[in-house]
Amino acid sequence: MVQRLRVRYAKRGRLRFTSHRDISRAVERAVRRAGIPVAFSAGFSPHPKISYAGAAPTGVASEAEYLEIGVSRPCDPDRIRADLDVSLPPGLDVLEVIEARAGSLADRLEASVWQLRLPGADVAAAEQAVKEFETADRVEVERLTKKGMRRFDARQAVRSMAVVDDRERTAGQEPGPPCVILRMVVRHETPAVRPDDVLMGLRLVAGFAPPSPPEVTRLAQGPLDATTGEPADPFDVERADGDL
Amino acid sequence: MSVESLFPRLEALLPKVQKPIQYVGGELNSTVKDWDEATVRWALMYPDAYEVGLPNQGVQILYEILNELPETMAERTYAVWPDLEALMRSEGVPQFTVDAHRPVRAFDVLGVSFSTELGYTNLLTALDLAGIPLDAVARTDDDPIVLAGGHAAFNPEPIADFLDAAVLGDGEQIAIAISEVIREWKGEGAPGGRDELLMRLASTGGVYVPKFYDVEYHPDGRIKRVAPNRSGVPSRVFKHTVMDLDEWPYPKKPLVPLAETVHERFSVEIFRGCTRGCRFCQAGMITRPVRERSITTIGDMVEAGLKESGFSEVGLLSLSSADHSEIGEVAKGLADRYEGTQTGLSLPSTRVDAFNIDLANEFSRNGRRSGLTFAPEGGSERMRKVINKMVTEEDLIRTVTTAYSQGWRQVKLYFMCGLPTEEDIDVLGIADLAKKVIKAGREATGSRDVRCTVSIGGFVPKPHTPFQWAAQCDHETVDRRLRELRNSLRGDKEYGKAIGYRYHDGKPSIVEGLLSRGDRRVGSVIRAVWEDGGRFDGWSEHFSYERWMTAAERVFSGGSVDVDWYTTREREEHEVLPWDHLDAGLDREWLWQDWQDAVSDVEVEDCRWTPCYDCGVCPTMGTEIQIGPTGKKLLPLTVV
Repeated sequence: MVQRLRVRYAKRGRLRFTSHRDISRAVERAVRRAGIPVAFSAGFSPHPKISYAGAAPTGVASEAEYLEIGVSRPCDPDRIRADLDVSLPPGLDVLEVIEARAGSLADRLEASVWQLRLPGADVAAAEQAVKEFETADRVEVERLTKKGMRRFDARQAVRSMAVVDDRERTAGQEPGPPCVILRMVVRHETPAVRPDDVLMGLRLVAGFAPPSPPEVTRLAQGPLDATTGEPADPFDVERADGDL
Repeated sequence: MSVESLFPRLEALLPKVQKPIQYVGGELNSTVKDWDEATVRWALMYPDAYEVGLPNQGVQILYEILNELPETMAERTYAVWPDLEALMRSEGVPQFTVDAHRPVRAFDVLGVSFSTELGYTNLLTALDLAGIPLDAVARTDDDPIVLAGGHAAFNPEPIADFLDAAVLGDGEQIAIAISEVIREWKGEGAPGGRDELLMRLASTGGVYVPKFYDVEYHPDGRIKRVAPNRSGVPSRVFKHTVMDLDEWPYPKKPLVPLAETVHERFSVEIFRGCTRGCRFCQAGMITRPVRERSITTIGDMVEAGLKESGFSEVGLLSLSSADHSEIGEVAKGLADRYEGTQTGLSLPSTRVDAFNIDLANEFSRNGRRSGLTFAPEGGSERMRKVINKMVTEEDLIRTVTTAYSQGWRQVKLYFMCGLPTEEDIDVLGIADLAKKVIKAGREATGSRDVRCTVSIGGFVPKPHTPFQWAAQCDHETVDRRLRELRNSLRGDKEYGKAIGYRYHDGKPSIVEGLLSRGDRRVGSVIRAVWEDGGRFDGWSEHFSYERWMTAAERVFSGGSVDVDWYTTREREEHEVLPWDHLDAGLDREWLWQDWQDAVSDVEVEDCRWTPCYDCGVCPTMGTEIQIGPTGKKLLPLTVV
């Protein structure tokens, strides 16, 4: 392996229903189709050197997913971006490829920005629920995991949360059905607090229950900036190095 | 009139179901055509879960061929799991195609490929969800023609009530011919409605329309006769045979799913048909004669398929892949071409001989040598003569010894239980064979690190085979023999730990037997099972033997037939069998003679290398054996 390439990609539309395993199969095939000289691990059953950092859950769309490919001869990142994008099905879209510098990509992904569209939910009720959630110290929620029902706190991981303007209603010509959009910055912790855990928290503290399943999108992830309270671009390190 | 996508309504249900990706479509190489620009619209169904149905070669081939035709389009639909079925019912979402999520009922044809009878209940679910009446006679001009194909369609009688039509044999050419008939009929303004269309199809002799045939029964339950009930309908329906596989190099652009499926590879059929003459094997009987794909076409298909798909494994499919006349060159040529590219090659369905090991070695040249599979099928020399599986114990020991000494550590052996004339000793013979295999392996390698797995399934007599007259073994006997075999293997101190044992209990085989050799009266049982919640009968976690038996008892009560009558009863030579009017080309007298030979332990050779033994297929169907060698070789691929 002579080079590591870091890839930011999006999971959009109906492809949001892909699981982490589905994506890794699709990427391996796309790499073969694109003729990318991926490096293989040694040993009894060699595996392509592709690693994934913090994949969004099945059913959740994302504008900021990350993976890293080890290649056996130097490649032009822009060329790889184009070739890989063409070889992946539409909906798995390669946004940016950059040559890796020092440090682990996964370690930089400290927090995510999530957007939750809640069709049919009431704006005032949502605002009230967010207020009550934020004043609480702990909000214990339950989730069924492979190991059984787990109880954990969903409050501390949430760095910020707000009800944002319903752009569709203001931008659209005709007012559609009411829709609440929640935006939240959530730190990556163990156990992971997912957007639906926060939603459950809103229900527990304020009885806020949207009438249909949320449409969730990860907008960004990266190292948490202490001053802004927002995740920064995890590729800033590479870009800074590149400028030298 | 255009058709709206059901996706927005389906999408709202997907967060609530398991593995939602299987319902969204968008596979690499899938095709969505403009609804209004097509005249003939096919919905192709594989009646099992997406993970099983997507890799199916038959569906992929027809999908590609039909979509290549102008004015014709094809989309795919699969059985939905019960979790989504429940939501679709409560939300009123009908059965949809995964390509453009169009409602199945809006298509002209619903073509269903039945590899096994265990998909019958899933057909009913799909029809019901689609809003298509289950009974063919209740359908209107707004309903599609429900058309069955696949190996199980060689006896479609148990589902005759639910089908408008069935076709036997290779689908490539007949699918195009049917499209043409529909196109013409629609072009004329669809005169006479669906019955006229069905009549046009039936009159060719190549499409079976069950409702144009009446079945009469004797008082004792046997069939008296099956005959057309209107003029212009031929008394026999023939199967279709594609003669030149090089002219039909499909799939060219294999579908590459996002979801995980049972076969994650690009498969190329290297030949169709098999004349080894194994008497239990329906596939070998109904797909005759042997037609090879040439080495150069195989090479081209592998190259293009890998490029189009990005798969890292190639499977060379056929009923007995090592029998291709140039398999050695194919193996060497492909292994050379893909050396060092992390491309795996596999050759399923191989026979028991040393040549096979050479092939396997070639295919594993730069990979691992993990396991090899052989299928002696019968545990004793006598049993193997009965089924015409010409493998001696000596062959088997010599073959596995070679495998072990060349670095293979694990050998899998396939057998059947419940074969005609079988006795306890024939099944217990499997244990002796397995022990000898390990003993020989240890001696050859000087190591105790060799393993063997015995895998055994219940035998089900199938239509259009010499065993179509045979009594199926009852499940109590099968289960007892399987238990005794297990005790004999497990109890062995010297070899027991080196031998794995896999088996299925005998009850599902009885249901499969009922559906395989059933007639139209079995249709009511299928419907009763489905109404009682029967789904996904090929999945042990969904299958219920009790549900089938309860339904059968209720349906058959007071009549002259029951489950035993269909399964464990031996048939007489001249009894009219439910599929006698469906012509696979096999001469009935030859089949009967072969059945008589079976019970007298007489073997028959392969007609590729010995004179014709008059099975009847070639003269009846106007076909002949098409095999090489061509003498050609695979050249190295040009380096990019």
